[in-house]
Parts: sequence; structure tokens; C-alpha cells
Amino acid sequence: MTVTSPGSWGVALPAAAADPSQLLPAREQMAFTLGFHIILVPFGVAFTFITLLANYRAVRHGDRDALLLAERWSRVAALLFAVGAVSGTMLSFELGLLWPRLMGRFGAAYGIPFAIEGIFFFLEAIFTAIYIFGWRRLPPWPHFWTGVPVVLAGIGGTLSVVAANSWMNQPGGFRLVNGQVVGVRPLAVIFNRAFWYESIHMLLAAYIVAGFLVAGVYAAGMLKGRRDRYHRLGFVIPFVVAAVVMPAQIFVGDVVARQVFHNEPAKFAGVEMVPRTADHVPETLLGILSSDGRVRYGVRIPSGASLLAGFSPSTRIKGLEAIPAEVRPRPELVSIVHLSFDVMVGTAFLLLGLSLWFALGWWRRRGLPRSRLFLPCASVSGLLAVVCLETGWVVTEVGRQPWTVVGLLLTRDAVTTSGNVWLFFSGTLAILLSIGVITVVVLRVLRRRWRALAGGEVQVPYGPERPDGPAIGEARRR
Amino acid sequence: MTNLIAVVLFVGVLFYAVFGGADFGAGFWDLTAGGAERGRRPRELIDHSLGPVWEANHVWLIYCLVVLWSAFPRAFAAIMTTLYVPLGLAALGIILRGSGFAFRKVAVRTSEQRLAGAASSVITPFFFGAVAGGIASGRVPAAGGGDPLRSWLNPTSALGGALAVVVCAYLAAVFLTAEARMREVADLEAYFRRRALLAAGAAGILALGGIAILDQDANRLFHRLIGPALPLVIVSALGGAAALVLLRQAAPRIVRVLAVVAVAALVGGWGVAQYPFLLGNHLRIAQAAAPNATLIALTVVFGAAVLLVVPSLALLYRLQQRGQLEERAS
Repeated sequence: MTVTSPGSWGVALPAAAADPSQLLPAREQMAFTLGFHIILVPFGVAFTFITLLANYRAVRHGDRDALLLAERWSRVAALLFAVGAVSGTMLSFELGLLWPRLMGRFGAAYGIPFAIEGIFFFLEAIFTAIYIFGWRRLPPWPHFWTGVPVVLAGIGGTLSVVAANSWMNQPGGFRLVNGQVVGVRPLAVIFNRAFWYESIHMLLAAYIVAGFLVAGVYAAGMLKGRRDRYHRLGFVIPFVVAAVVMPAQIFVGDVVARQVFHNEPAKFAGVEMVPRTADHVPETLLGILSSDGRVRYGVRIPSGASLLAGFSPSTRIKGLEAIPAEVRPRPELVSIVHLSFDVMVGTAFLLLGLSLWFALGWWRRRGLPRSRLFLPCASVSGLLAVVCLETGWVVTEVGRQPWTVVGLLLTRDAVTTSGNVWLFFSGTLAILLSIGVITVVVLRVLRRRWRALAGGEVQVPYGPERPDGPAIGEARRR
Repeated sequence: MTNLIAVVLFVGVLFYAVFGGADFGAGFWDLTAGGAERGRRPRELIDHSLGPVWEANHVWLIYCLVVLWSAFPRAFAAIMTTLYVPLGLAALGIILRGSGFAFRKVAVRTSEQRLAGAASSVITPFFFGAVAGGIASGRVPAAGGGDPLRSWLNPTSALGGALAVVVCAYLAAVFLTAEARMREVADLEAYFRRRALLAAGAAGILALGGIAILDQDANRLFHRLIGPALPLVIVSALGGAAALVLLRQAAPRIVRVLAVVAVAALVGGWGVAQYPFLLGNHLRIAQAAAPNATLIALTVVFGAAVLLVVPSLALLYRLQQRGQLEERAS
């Protein structure tokens, strides 16, 4: 990096300028692709479970509405799974093209969880195909069971991918000799110290996001006056799944935060925005870290952070100053991590409140809460859940900076040195944007088509086989 | 151990070449099927025969990437920092093709969308072929950061790319001929048989011309191909020819198997010719390999994959062949 050039007045640029020029576009590209992909993940992981609940009800109790919901949900899940396969492929290419030195140096350890994930992805792809295309010709119960491997593979896949991510936060299971990875212990790589916390947290998040997003669609429909049984059922099944998981997630989140305090002090200092090591650290709600390293704005709860971290006001929390200056995150990054954490926790508690509200209504009268405010709130719950998910990942990923592999590989050393990453980034952005727009358009087309069917004759699955079969040459115009 | 894992990696390459190749080849025939009205019926057959299994075919690519970066991290980094242009373009093709499939299930496609999806089926095999050519002709330095243009703009890469496109087209045409026979649509059967012959002819010409190119541009590969790998090359040529001859008479299943054997033997021939080197003739498989524990872990994972995935895949293909999986407009 040239610090002084003819036009630069001989002023040394701040530390940020020492980063290679590829770093910013590479990080942005990774952030956008991951941010896009993670919205689709809950559908691959958890939507099939919700679908199977409806499918079970349909087959067990002969519930026609549930059957229709299950079939339509499975088609949406298939679409989103396919889009997720595309963005997931982009990610695997990006891991190599943007971060060749992460893969080159640590692939021998870091790669193992991905290999396991490969099996689950494979199984999920196969059984998704069977489940989706089996509605018409497979008998009901066998067809139901072909969906079960999708749910299991979703759980396995989540655990394996998050194993790779948690390994970056708390790397283990290998030794470094002269910069070379040796003595790999695969099980210790997978079951690294952050594994259980992070993977369970994400698994529950997937069920929450999928549940609230799907329920939100039917809540919006009910708001527009479509309050038939089909819509009520479409709301209640996914909403109950999310609402049941929500309290567990709050508990898990609390445990995760405490283990970050113990094992990832640098990230915790950022999350709680603690400039100097101290006890009686206040919990700052919102606010930022100004460029002079002081906490500004926000509401302070005395000793709050210390209490949450160690159940005692005298708990000592390491401050940002304890981090060596050359690897200390810049104040604006700290502010991003801290605000993201606050937004994540805030939205999570709103969703918990909504879940309790629903539970109260159900407990009292076996019905939805009567308040006029409930459905509007429920209809945006999916969006809130997505915000919660995205900000959670910002906390994990930005909170780890400047490291890619904590303590071992700086992000600026992992980035590629070849090619024009800005060009690559803009291309990726254009692709993500168009895939996103087309996905929404296609979902709306589906909705319109299904709504048009609502009054007339609806083709239900498991129905009698069409005598003519799918002959080629027959005009199959849609 | 290192050889075993190299085989595990190469199994993925073979499967991707066959399953992914048939898919991209079908896209090629989609692209060349002509205007909307003229190409309608061939396209219907294409859509029908490949629909449900796209993601499953495509997973092989992910498999190859994952095994490559875990088992041979240095070589992976070297390939990625050198051949990023063709790899990026191949990825673009996969994205277009994949999203085409995702959205096709529900939406009516415009001709532009169809064109994008179909064009991608030429782009992707071409650039993967070019990548293979760059690796085989030793243009990827072991330390990475090789020439970003000449590593894939060279005679061997051009040969690899062109060969990949026509081989995919051949494979798909044979599959589609068999499919048309099963469905007893005589005119489409003849339609795709003509195309299978054309593609096979093109592949033959390219292979012959390739001899001269490889002799000049990738000498060691050339000598290994006419040496230890010769049996595979012969099997490939015989299998390909036999599939064509039997296209009219034999059971569709036999024809399909023969075509698969032809393609697998060709790709396998490349593997044998390159052995024991991973990159050109300068980075040996053993030098590039990750520590033993990783390789063992990957082998165990591979074993688990065989136990879990193979029966599932067999179930999928069986249900599909028996017509129990059906795409339905909803």
C-alpha cells in the first residue's frame, strides 16, 4: 500500500488505509451473499417440518384445508430450496475466489464440517425432489415419510455449516507448525468450543423465522378479510411452531451471550461496548462508540452488563483497551456490533411478547387474541424475525473482525490478491438483486394463481390418477 | 491414503461430468431447438426428463469443491487464484441455470429467460473444460497467482472447453433419444438420434484434432494418454460408438449405460493421464495433500455418503423412471 503519493500531502493515512484494496469489496460481497442466503436457509431447514405438520393432520384426520396448505407450502419450499441452492453455490465459489488463503491454509481443518454438510445437502435435495414430485402418484403415508428425511437433513446440515462458522470463532482440533496445519483431530474441529451454542441458536432461529414468515402471510390475508378456515389454519400451524420455539431461543441466547463473555472477550467487549476493563459495567441500550473511544448517547442501566455476564455487579468485563491496538476493532465497527446486538435482542423480545399474547388468547378461549392489533402485529412478525436473524449474524461476523479465524488469520491476510473484486462484487450484487426480485415475483404469481382457484374446483393431491397421464405432445400450456 | 482420497475426489468429478453433463447438454439442445413453435415439443421432452433431479445432479459440484478444499487446500487456493476468470464465469452459468430451474417450476418463461438458462448450459461446461485444460497443461503454479488470462486462453483449454460442450450435448442427446423411445414418440426419437450422431461426430473430430494440440501444448499428458490411459481412451471411443449403433435397437437402459461409460472413460482417461500429479506436472498429489487425519475423516464421510446417498439416489431415479414423480402445474 502506498501511503505517500504525490497528491497525498505526505500525511500518513489512518490504519484503515493499510488494508489491501480488495478487502472492502470482498467483505461486502461476502456480507451480501451471506445476508441473502441466510433468509432462504430457514425455509430449507424448518419449512418442511411445518409442512409435515399440516400433511400429518391432512392424512390423519382427512383435513382438506390442511392438505391443500401442505401441498402449496411444499411447492414454495421447493422453490426457495432451489434458490438457496443457487446462493449456496455462490458462497462455496466465493469462499475460494475471495478468501483463497483461508481455504489454502486452513482447508484441512475448516473443510471437514463442509464435507459432512455435503451429505446432508445431498439427502435434502434428493428427498425434497421425491416429496415435491410425489404428491400425485405416491400413497399418502409413504409420501409423508419421504418428507421426514428432509427435516432431519435440514437439522444435520445446519449443525455442520455452523460447526465451520463456530470453528472460526473458537478454532481448535489442530496444531500449527511453521504456518502449516498438522495434527488435525476432526471431531475436535467439528465439536469446537462454540459449536453447540452457535448451532442450536441458529437451528432454533430457522424455525422461528420460517414460522413467523409463513404465519405472517396468512395474517395479512386475514386482515384483508379472508378469514376462512384455510387461512386460520395456515396462520396457526406455523405461528405455533415459532411461538413454542421463541422462549427456548431467549434462554439459549442468554447462555450464548455468557459463553461469548467467557470465551470470546473481544467480541463481548464490542457487544457491550466496554471501552475499559472494569467491574460494575453498565448495560448501554443503543448508543455508539465515538471515534475517541467513548460511549455516547444511549440509555445506561447501572451494572447491567456485569450482572448479565456474571450474575453479580462486581463481575469484571474486559474492555476494548485490553485488545492489542493493531487488532483492535475500529469504533465504528464496535458501534455496528453493539447496535446489531441491541436490535437482535429487542426484536426477539417483541416476538416473545407476541408469542405470549397468542398463548394467552389460546389458553382463555381456544382462539386468536380478539384485539384488533394482534393480526397487524402478527403480519409483520416474519419481517421482525428476519431482522433479528440478520442482526444476529452481524454480531457474530462483524464482531469477530479483524479476524477471520480468531487469533490465527486476519481478514486482510485471507483476502485474495488477484482479480478485480469490485467488478466481481457488482456482478454478484446484480445477480442477487435479480434473483431476489424474480423470487418475489414468482411467489406473487403463485399466490394469484392459488387465489383464483379458491372459488372453483381445486385439484387436491392423493386424488384419482388422471387416466390420460402426462403424454408428451399433449399441449401443457399453463 | 492420498491416492485413495484423490480417487474419492475424482469420483465426484466423474459423477458431475455425467449427471451435470447430461443436464447441461439438455440445455444445449434447448438452446438450439429453434423458435418457440418449432422447438416446443423437443423442449417439452427436455423439461420432462430432467425436471425433478436437477439439484441432486448439481450437488456433485459442491462435493468436488468441498473435497478439493479439504483434502488439497494448497492446490485449491492455487487454482482459485489463477483460474478465477473461467471459474467465475462457470459459476455465473450455474447460477443462471439453477435459477432457471427454480423458477421454471411455477412461472411461465419468456424467451429471454429461456435463452439465459440455455446459454448458461454452454458457458458452464466450456469454462469447466477450460479450467481442466489449464490444470492439465500445467498452467496453474503450485503457489497460485498464475497468469489470469493465459492460464485458460490456451490451446489445451480451448480443446477442453469445446470437448466438454460437445460431450455434454452427446450425452444428453442419447438420453433424450432413449427417453423419447420409452414414451414412444417416434419423431422425437429420430430428432434426438440425429443430434446424438452429430454430437458424436463433432466429439470424434475434436478428439482427433486434440491429438495434435496436446502433442504440442501438453506433451506429458499426450504421452500418458497414448500410454497408461490408452485402454480408457479406447473404451470411451468404443462405448460412444456402440451407443450410437445400438440407438435404434437396444433397450434404452443399455444405450444410456453405454453413453455414460463413454463419457466416464474419457474423463477417467484424463485422470489416469495426469496421475500422480494434481497440477500439471509440478505438484504431486502426495505433496498437495492435507494431513492424514483430514484424509481419513474425508474417507469416513465418503463412506457414510455412499451408505446414505446411494440408496436415496437410487430411490429417486427409480421413482422417476417408474413415472411416480410428476411435475404438475398448480
